[in-house]
Amino acid sequence: MPIIEVKNVSKKYQIGERQPYLALRDTLSAIVKAPVRWLRSRHSPTKVSDSEFWALKDINFSVEPGEVLGIIGRNGAGKSTLLKLLSQITPPTTGEIKLNGRVGSLLEIGTGFHPELTGRENVYLNGAILGMRKREIEKKFDEIVDFAGIEKFLDTPVKRYSSGMYVRLAFAVAAHLEPEILVIDEVLAVGDAEFQKKCLGKMDEVTKKEGRTILFVSHNMGAIRSLCRRVITLEKGRLVGDDSASVSIEKYINNLSTNVFEKEWDNINIAPSNSDAAIRSVRITDENEKIVESLSIDDPFNIEIEYDIKVEGAYFGMTAILYDINGNCILSSINNKEQSWYGKPMPLGRYKSICKIPGCFLNNGWLNLNINIFGRNFLDIKTIPDVLHFELQDGQKVRGDYFGGYGSILRPSFDWDTYQI
Amino acid sequence: MEIVIKPKNKWWQFDWKEIWLFRDLFYFLTWRDVKVRYKQTTVGALWAIFQPLITMIVFTIFFGKFAKMPSDGIPYPIFVYSGLLFWTLFSAGLSHASNSFIDNEKIVTKIYFPRVILPTSAIITNIIDFLVASIILAVMMFVYHFSPSLIGLLLLPLLIVMTVFSTLGIGLLLASLNVKYRDVRFILPFFIQLLLFITPVIYPVSIVSAQYRWILGLNPMSGIIDAVRAGVLGTRDIDWLLLGVSAISMIVYCIVGYLYFKKVERYFADVI
Repeated sequence: MPIIEVKNVSKKYQIGERQPYLALRDTLSAIVKAPVRWLRSRHSPTKVSDSEFWALKDINFSVEPGEVLGIIGRNGAGKSTLLKLLSQITPPTTGEIKLNGRVGSLLEIGTGFHPELTGRENVYLNGAILGMRKREIEKKFDEIVDFAGIEKFLDTPVKRYSSGMYVRLAFAVAAHLEPEILVIDEVLAVGDAEFQKKCLGKMDEVTKKEGRTILFVSHNMGAIRSLCRRVITLEKGRLVGDDSASVSIEKYINNLSTNVFEKEWDNINIAPSNSDAAIRSVRITDENEKIVESLSIDDPFNIEIEYDIKVEGAYFGMTAILYDINGNCILSSINNKEQSWYGKPMPLGRYKSICKIPGCFLNNGWLNLNINIFGRNFLDIKTIPDVLHFELQDGQKVRGDYFGGYGSILRPSFDWDTYQI
Repeated sequence: MEIVIKPKNKWWQFDWKEIWLFRDLFYFLTWRDVKVRYKQTTVGALWAIFQPLITMIVFTIFFGKFAKMPSDGIPYPIFVYSGLLFWTLFSAGLSHASNSFIDNEKIVTKIYFPRVILPTSAIITNIIDFLVASIILAVMMFVYHFSPSLIGLLLLPLLIVMTVFSTLGIGLLLASLNVKYRDVRFILPFFIQLLLFITPVIYPVSIVSAQYRWILGLNPMSGIIDAVRAGVLGTRDIDWLLLGVSAISMIVYCIVGYLYFKKVERYFADVI
């Protein structure tokens, strides 16, 4: 019998639910001003379809006891949402999940750590938050401290810990969880390489010896390959692959290595939008505003965003955000210093905003573009994940006569001076 | 153990079993709040005494001495302190409980546990302060030669439990609203201050004519504080009508608060 059964699970988010500021006084005054309309708007079943976002759609899979399942996919593919559903943090919109055992979830390292409390106190608190019984923590206390290697600082408040020590202690507690099902999100992205290895070793040991079921999300393909035999792939909220680790990873990487320099939305009703505007197309262009075919780090390029203003006199702004292949945010640029239209009421119509990224600035590698759009006062924010995906090829201009690696997020060409003094 | 996660769970079911499973978390969260509170203030436990004591002195000078507030013949300091003691348990609990989901946002969005644990432990934490501050009342009763009636003594634990549940009922409602509406936390201090004036803390319930007195019971703290003065100070018979109305309104607040909480609880992680 499978230990996890996921049947036709979908999860929808209303954009309104993520609104940063919903005020009780506004709702109350709406009720007082027009009680009938308020009631109607509350109970009307048809909500505007573009205010919905399906983070997951029709997901089906099952997991056998003792299996280690990897989950891969780009940013915004729905991996974290899936883990949140499995950990009962948020309910699915449709479908059903059956779990035949206790779930321990590790979506973040050190959840509930309190900076004022000592290491010892936090082990107990964090353990309890993760679902351990007091007796269980007492039994494993020495083992946890030993694994973290922080005996000397046990009675120091964790606010005085280095970030490394903090992560060690937090992971040590989590590694000693003993639920039947363990759900882990990208937590190995933190901590130094050596400790990461130790954690992977511990997880491997746990599954092999104790036959525990683990669901594991990571952008680190090496970690996925070494831990999981089976891997499922998510794309835009759908399950697109369920295969052995090597097959899934190969497909995923091949899929990642296709440039997507342009995206258009023909139907305004499904185009990503907030209440002021709808995005119609996003593309990467060169200096002459022609769409590019390939990009090198030497070349300047433009991110062009075309959109329709839907409300007369709307205030509208946007942010372009670039991620690398491991999900690290490389840069984020907001258009609030643009002169012609930013901060001014915009008449209805089609607009184009252009973000100009200089050449000789970014490092080479694959990039993901997210776009955030927002209305007046940075409210009504909507994130459009993974709009474009493209590679910046290595170039010669910054490199000069050096042929080694850079190991940095950026590779800008700065001026240097040397004097004899 | 099989768990089935569906879009809608039965909201009217109160899952005792699950709460019992998480009893250690309950204990540790309460323990954390107590520990952190006493670690952060240098005066530590003394703060629990200082706060109602200073308030009592100020109120005695201004309301008792200058404004000549009636106090049913009880010396004003002990009259107002007995009210303040229970009022502080209620108001501090209400304020902590109402902010409990927001303050623990990180845990709420990353870990599953029965959410009701958060406001409850926030309220229980204040019982420690209450017990410490009770010492002062005991001392004052000794000094002013008051002794509780038998019925008052028997009633005392019930009055504390009633205060806790009144706090929990209203607190659950406000805490749930606080998750959805971000201005609730700014309205809250004002709301609590207003409540102080419609609760018989600085004045006795006898300022309202006997005929309409039961209306005060719509505020559960009215009946409780009145019963404390009558029974625990042992001054007169308990006004059972007022206490009864307060008990009923407490139950109503608990039901309303719980139902609203249950309705929105599962979506906290999405909207917080």
